[in-house]
Amino acid sequence: MLAYGGQTALNCGVKLNESGILQKYDIKVLGTQVSGIQKAEDRQLFKDSMNQCGIPVLNSKTVSNFDQAKKAAQELGYPVIIRVAYTLGGKGGGVAYNEIELHEIVERGVKASLVGQVLVEEYIGSWKQIEYEVMRDYAENNVIVCNMENILAMKVHTGDNIVVAPSQTIDNREYHMLRSASLRATKHVGIVGECNIQFALDPNSERYVAIEVNPRLSRSSALASKATGYPIAYMSAKIGIGYSLPELVNPITKSTTACFEPALDYIVCKHPRWDFAKFELVNRKLGPMMKSVGEVMSIGRTFEESLQKAIRMLDIGNDGLVLNRFNGQTYNEEDIENHLGRPDDLILYYVAAALKKGISVDRIFKLSSIDPWFIEKIKNIVNTEARLKEESLDKSLLKTSKKLGFSDNQIARAINKTPSDIRKMRKENGIIPSVKQIDTLAAEWPAKTNYLYLTYGGDKNDLEIKSDEQGIVVLGAGPYRIGSSVEFDWGTVNMVWGLQENGEKNIAVVNCNPETVSTDYDVCNRLYFEELTLERILDITEFENPKGVVTCVGGQTANNLTPPLAKNGVNILGTKAEAVDSAENRSKFSSVLDNLHIKQPKWQAFSNLTDAKFFAQEVGYPVIVRPSYVLSGAAMKVVWSQDELKTYVKEATTVSPDHPVVISKFMLNSLEVDVDGVCDGKNVIIGAIVEHIDFAGVHSGDAMMCIPPWRLNNKIIETITDYTNKIAISFNIKGPFNLQFLINEGHVFVIELNIRASRSMPFVSKLVKINLISLASGAILGKELPTIPHDHWKKIHNYGIKVPQFSFMQLEGADIVLGVEMQSTGEAACFGNSFYDALAKGLISVGYHLPKEGTALITIGGDENKEKLLPTVAHLKNLGFKILATEHTAEFFEEKIGDVETVYKISEPDRKPNIADLLYEGKINFIINIPSTSTLEKYVGMLYDEYQIRRKALELGIPVLTTTELAESFVKTLDWLQKNDTTKNPIEPYDIIS
Amino acid sequence: MSRVTITTKKATHVNKISKLILDDGTVFDGMGFGFSTTTIGEIVFNTGMVGYTETLTDPSYSGQILTLTYPLVGNYGVPNPKIKDDDGIQKFFESDKIQVRGLAIHELSLVASHWNLSMTLDEWFYNEKIPGISGIDTRALTKKLRSKGVMMAALAVSDNEIDVEQVKNKLAAATNYNSEEFMDQVSTKSEQVFGNEKDSVVVIDTGTKNAILRNIRNIGYKVIKVPWNTSIEKILSYKPKGVVISNGPGDPQKCPETIKTAKSLIEKNIPTLGICLGAQILGLAGQASTYKLKYGHRGQNKSCVNLDNNQVYVTSQNHGYCISPESLKDSEFDLWFINADDKTVEGIIHKKQKCIAVQFHPEASPGPYDCKFIFEELKHLMGEGKSAKK
Repeated sequence: MLAYGGQTALNCGVKLNESGILQKYDIKVLGTQVSGIQKAEDRQLFKDSMNQCGIPVLNSKTVSNFDQAKKAAQELGYPVIIRVAYTLGGKGGGVAYNEIELHEIVERGVKASLVGQVLVEEYIGSWKQIEYEVMRDYAENNVIVCNMENILAMKVHTGDNIVVAPSQTIDNREYHMLRSASLRATKHVGIVGECNIQFALDPNSERYVAIEVNPRLSRSSALASKATGYPIAYMSAKIGIGYSLPELVNPITKSTTACFEPALDYIVCKHPRWDFAKFELVNRKLGPMMKSVGEVMSIGRTFEESLQKAIRMLDIGNDGLVLNRFNGQTYNEEDIENHLGRPDDLILYYVAAALKKGISVDRIFKLSSIDPWFIEKIKNIVNTEARLKEESLDKSLLKTSKKLGFSDNQIARAINKTPSDIRKMRKENGIIPSVKQIDTLAAEWPAKTNYLYLTYGGDKNDLEIKSDEQGIVVLGAGPYRIGSSVEFDWGTVNMVWGLQENGEKNIAVVNCNPETVSTDYDVCNRLYFEELTLERILDITEFENPKGVVTCVGGQTANNLTPPLAKNGVNILGTKAEAVDSAENRSKFSSVLDNLHIKQPKWQAFSNLTDAKFFAQEVGYPVIVRPSYVLSGAAMKVVWSQDELKTYVKEATTVSPDHPVVISKFMLNSLEVDVDGVCDGKNVIIGAIVEHIDFAGVHSGDAMMCIPPWRLNNKIIETITDYTNKIAISFNIKGPFNLQFLINEGHVFVIELNIRASRSMPFVSKLVKINLISLASGAILGKELPTIPHDHWKKIHNYGIKVPQFSFMQLEGADIVLGVEMQSTGEAACFGNSFYDALAKGLISVGYHLPKEGTALITIGGDENKEKLLPTVAHLKNLGFKILATEHTAEFFEEKIGDVETVYKISEPDRKPNIADLLYEGKINFIINIPSTSTLEKYVGMLYDEYQIRRKALELGIPVLTTTELAESFVKTLDWLQKNDTTKNPIEPYDIIS
Repeated sequence: MSRVTITTKKATHVNKISKLILDDGTVFDGMGFGFSTTTIGEIVFNTGMVGYTETLTDPSYSGQILTLTYPLVGNYGVPNPKIKDDDGIQKFFESDKIQVRGLAIHELSLVASHWNLSMTLDEWFYNEKIPGISGIDTRALTKKLRSKGVMMAALAVSDNEIDVEQVKNKLAAATNYNSEEFMDQVSTKSEQVFGNEKDSVVVIDTGTKNAILRNIRNIGYKVIKVPWNTSIEKILSYKPKGVVISNGPGDPQKCPETIKTAKSLIEKNIPTLGICLGAQILGLAGQASTYKLKYGHRGQNKSCVNLDNNQVYVTSQNHGYCISPESLKDSEFDLWFINADDKTVEGIIHKKQKCIAVQFHPEASPGPYDCKFIFEELKHLMGEGKSAKK
């Protein structure tokens, strides 16, 4: 089955087929055959296939000079888009509306292209982008599960688009024309199972073209599954093994056929989550390349409700489209219009700003290509904001606002009251949301499942919770983002299962991320596909009246809700809210540590710059500054100078205004260690002690991690174990926790305690074969933990290494040097019989090519770093690698080890051999590039050259190693691979603990 | 900048007072739109997510107040009713007027946007003197109809306060949908001809949708649309290659003349296709019986199994009555299609004669085009083309 592991699995399958492996072992492909996959994936085969089944595709012509381009453009009709062949990052292309623009772009493009060619194609950026999800079986039964419309039209990749389901602005003729085309196309390609097809539809006629067919489960299919309640992957797998659609039953009704098309009675809105703030130099513009790292899906009965819910779900500090905390920026019209024409992550806010400025819907539409229908809906939101500010708030206005998705926070802000005032007023007036079911059939058949959402678009609940059905509400983690990904969903799901194994019959989950397993409606008893905001969780707990709420498995999003929920009288299961707070509150935390005689790096909380400056001078730069209560180092920074400190204070108070900012000494050359464990208040189980391969300073989410630790002596391990026990017990932790330590010159310091599931918990659990969350579920219910020896983890004979996966390639302009801000978007964990066995597999998994021989480029800033890397470079040379280096680096190594060839910087293109040429010619296999100081202004002047090397290498897919520890491990792994092969063993199941 | 034009229009006949009152006493309060009046009809729900223009002009909805389960309605406005195709058939409408007596929805889009619109939904309703209510919990309403069955209801739209008791009294006194006669309202008064080919198909108009006419034109025949009570002699005088008995509203028993004609068509072995009400009429002509469903089938996602090959088709449907499966045993028909969910009769085929009928709408509009092959089957019965049947 090739369709279930994304593009990676699909490519892998095609390669297995091409290399004859499938044939050799007589392996059948189930579902869509490889020939079908190729018809969808290969551009030319795709165009041919679509032509054969009468579906139009985009017209284009390859040209190599302006005259040819002019002719092509006349045939195709303006506007045209010019795409430059064989250049990196789409540079040199553009959209031409007339001959003059065409001339300029083509001249530039032909020069930029390595093969002197450009592609002239019809430009359809303003066309509607409509998608269909198709299911088809071997017997040729087929249905559409869902269609979707992209609000930002064809201009923006669907992954970065704001998407609604079903489509809103196309009529019956267009809907069914495209539906029929979808079925024709998938039949012709030979899809068996599921596929996604994308169309561009002219907003001025019924003209359309097919853009692409995805012959596999995709992000869009996951979204379609959650949007409709139709479990696409499950059904598709059944089809793959030979079932026909009519043989399968709709699992929601448990009585009707799965061979049907879901009818929705709500509107779904998908909103991407971007994390641009974490990347310096990154280009925030949205376009054909996907840049988001996660998404949320909201369900409502009006578009406005759905959209504003989605914005809240993003957990970026916004309460909706308008009336946010940081309003008050002034935009000028020119600025707004520029942004409307070239969308970035703030596009919808610019639409709202434009409407407030009085820019017409027509003008906004013409600039942005957003269908006027959506703009008018945004106008409803903007107008309601004005009414809230101008009129006195009566029942009718309150009700209208809620129907348009305004949160209590927004309404309170408009009229200078507190959110709890609004909540009180709502309840007095009987304005509370209804709980509705998603049933795939728009209420025509009764649903047997409880897949739920809340809306103000109704006044009757679809169900009631009987007193014997009161249970436990588990909060999920919200959208994937940098620092919070599937690890927390693993935590949520395992918590649900753990509670069920402990005899709990009624578990409700709240989450809003369509990419997760926790939002499968059959994982728990009642699924609320809802916001993780205080207002909504209170709505849910008031409806559910649960025994308690679990907030410790949903990462920082859920954890942050602990104190306010407790304050509102909600029973938090597990560790007491006060204890969670005192772990997050640095001064409370410090005083506990002081009492235990446990050391911390020097720190101070400050609210004004003078205090901060004074402290920094006292302990000496560099210092780490961060707000409390923010996960994954948002706005966390190593600061090297007073100027930087000043800029930082402003930034940090923006991200987390309700919490003070903390400054601490940054200890260079320290080891960092994570401990994941579970406590029942009396007994502590240590999952494992995890050592970071990179030195402290690289964010723990970006660091490579190893179990067991291999640079810590027994004494240090004993100290860590002792500290862990003491801390867990003194905080009376009941549930999962994570402790972070710093080891500096043989001393153990505690950096922080998180009383919740951590990012590394699934990694630890899988390696030591103990499911920590499963244990935690018992502790949360007040049960005693089983006895497991403190050193259980030491007895595991495997090595486990966790390697981060970065997506810099997709983020045009982003630099790849790591720091205290987390930047990785995923991770791979690999297990092996030895450290290098595990590391080799880990590096390969995240896309490194590990060469057996070849050439390395070395460029290292600073003498200290050069000295440190000497053994590594010497080792590399001994392995038979050719060494290239930039001037100063070359001088140093030539003297120490000899045989080093000097190459020249990209910024000096006339001096040969030049790095740029060598990179393009593929003469460099990997690069060790350690930035000068990991320090000061990275991007000014001379250092820009290093950035250019890293960026170019990245775009060409050449590994770049940017820390000395990583370089060292990489070279040792190359050595190991010259003599050994990696092991291939299945993962063993969890130990049974009784 | 994109260089496209913009077509939007704002709702004007809105913000009226409105109440929807069901026979069981339930009252829904909402915002009235369209024309201020009080109307009474059978309330039914449709689960289609698109295609309100086509749905609202489908004569099968005659006598009914419709609620749409999809909560956002009116987004793309309403096209120009005057636009006709080359044969003079309205291009975007299924008949020349709004057929429902009233419309109940969750949200009326206050601005419509589409290149093809000429008016907004409320404007259209106003022009045709039909009331609408928006802002009600249509899901709660649908669940009620699902559990209690369809029922009579009154929809009042007014510029002033509404006297609920008065409306309730009116509702109690009204003729029940089941006993209403619709044929005189929906059927053509005189014959109409579309196209000039030599070979023709007669459509007996028991409330036909224009899409049926368009589909027959598409398979290459002249269409002669005749009144519902046209005699067999008159029909034969056209020397048609085949006959289609159309969809339409109400109880099929109320069309005795059509049933009589249908009997003769079967006897004389004239290739005949029945659609929806037409299928029920053919069923009755061939000794089957019909009954009324609890809440009908109205939507675009109804799965039907073709018993010839077990292929399943997603169909568009709109019917309250259907053929009794038990009655088929002693009738002239065999079962052809069944509903995959509730196993009701969705298609029948005559045991000997050239006569087929489907309960669903192969002409689509609104809904999926997957069953257009039914018209190819008719063509095959008429001695041309190929049958997909085994």
